Amino acid sequence: MRTIKTPEIIDAVAAMCIKANTELPDDVRAKFEEAMAKETSESAKEVLRQLLENADLAMETKLPLCQDCGLAVFFVEVGDDVRIEGNLREAINEGTRKGYADGFLRKSACDPFTRVNTGDGTPAIIHLDFTPGDKLKIFYMAKGGGSENMSRATMLAPAQGWEGIKEYVVNRVAEAGPNPCPPTIIGIGIGGTFEHAAKIAKKSLIRRLDDTHPDPEIAAKEQELEEAINKLGIGPMGLGGSTTVLSVKMSVEPCHLASLPLAVNVQCHSQRHEEVEL
Amino acid sequence: MAEFKLNTPLTDEDIAQLKAGDVVFLSGHIYSARDAAHKKLIDLLDAGKELPFDLKGAAVYYVGPSPAPPGRPIGSAGPTTSYRMDSYAPRLHSLGLKATIGKGKRNDETRKAMEDHTAVYFGATGGAGALLSNSIVDSKVIAFDDLGPEAVREMTVKDFPLLVINDCHGGELYAVPDRKAAGIE
Repeated sequence: MRTIKTPEIIDAVAAMCIKANTELPDDVRAKFEEAMAKETSESAKEVLRQLLENADLAMETKLPLCQDCGLAVFFVEVGDDVRIEGNLREAINEGTRKGYADGFLRKSACDPFTRVNTGDGTPAIIHLDFTPGDKLKIFYMAKGGGSENMSRATMLAPAQGWEGIKEYVVNRVAEAGPNPCPPTIIGIGIGGTFEHAAKIAKKSLIRRLDDTHPDPEIAAKEQELEEAINKLGIGPMGLGGSTTVLSVKMSVEPCHLASLPLAVNVQCHSQRHEEVEL
Repeated sequence: MAEFKLNTPLTDEDIAQLKAGDVVFLSGHIYSARDAAHKKLIDLLDAGKELPFDLKGAAVYYVGPSPAPPGRPIGSAGPTTSYRMDSYAPRLHSLGLKATIGKGKRNDETRKAMEDHTAVYFGATGGAGALLSNSIVDSKVIAFDDLGPEAVREMTVKDFPLLVINDCHGGELYAVPDRKAAGIE
């Protein structure tokens, strides 16, 4: 049994919040560059050029890439042979507080009714899971509100099958249009229950953009959706072009005999993510 | 597509010449306001009170900036999604608001209000908040300080880079999704 003390977790979380919000991850930058080379539309190229310049400037000045530093979302994998000295949830919240304060990040959490800001970026959204081993793995993403607002979950009838899923997802992206800051990344959750579909849709977004799903059938479906969505022609910031999504990531799990749960989590182009293993 | 350099306050002549797709470099004072601030502005109007800034010829930027780090007038400051302000925008346009700055689609009522009152909707590049902050040379909170990032700020901008999304003649720049090509129609 390995012991991890909470100060170590707090510092690691704070550092991740600051790094993710100020340094565009290399997989996202590579997708921008790839899109820039493929796009023929001048307005699309101009948007991508600005996004690359923005990333360079954020890196240099340590200003956040986007003023919406999101709600702090964490996926945490606790090894079976790890003991946390102190409270893990509180440590992650404390790390979030520290990171958002020290990094001059915008605190965007508020009361849903009074709309009063909680003032420190918390509470973080924390999803816990358990894995073999003696490590603690923490994934962080800064989830902006504009793209989150364009996300939807639904319960399809099993008879609707893949065609129904495809129609729903492509339609969702079409209806969202320019609102979620395209080119987006689409996280899809299929299966489980109502809330589980949404959770695995979000979890799909922690994958690197350049990875391939280990199941070739799912990888092919991701590809099929990516191609269909890009034919919509919405383009960067909705100004037209062949890059409406940078990537489609899908998680598939068993569901109830009666159901076909589907969640579509839309992520803006500013896909700020980090991970750490303690 | 033409390029213009404009200064605030904006006149009907400034606005009438603009067409969807034109590039505008805006200088002068603009006012930040988003969801919570709009609600308060409308409450002030309902109560017959004065607004914290003059709407005549004004440009409102839908933005909630990140905190200013030492040595800079403002933090990252890109646009937020505009449709959430559609329930407030027509009334403000009727009182002289000439331009809004944001990202994403506007509804029919807001587009019609822009036609009726010679106003324009500018897009700024979403997710380019660090870059856009370079065109903001000064910023001060002038109302609703308690709203934190949502407070109303008077920002002094120099050649703030904008794209005309909706002009006052009914023109719109956004691409119409090709559902047929995508195989869902």
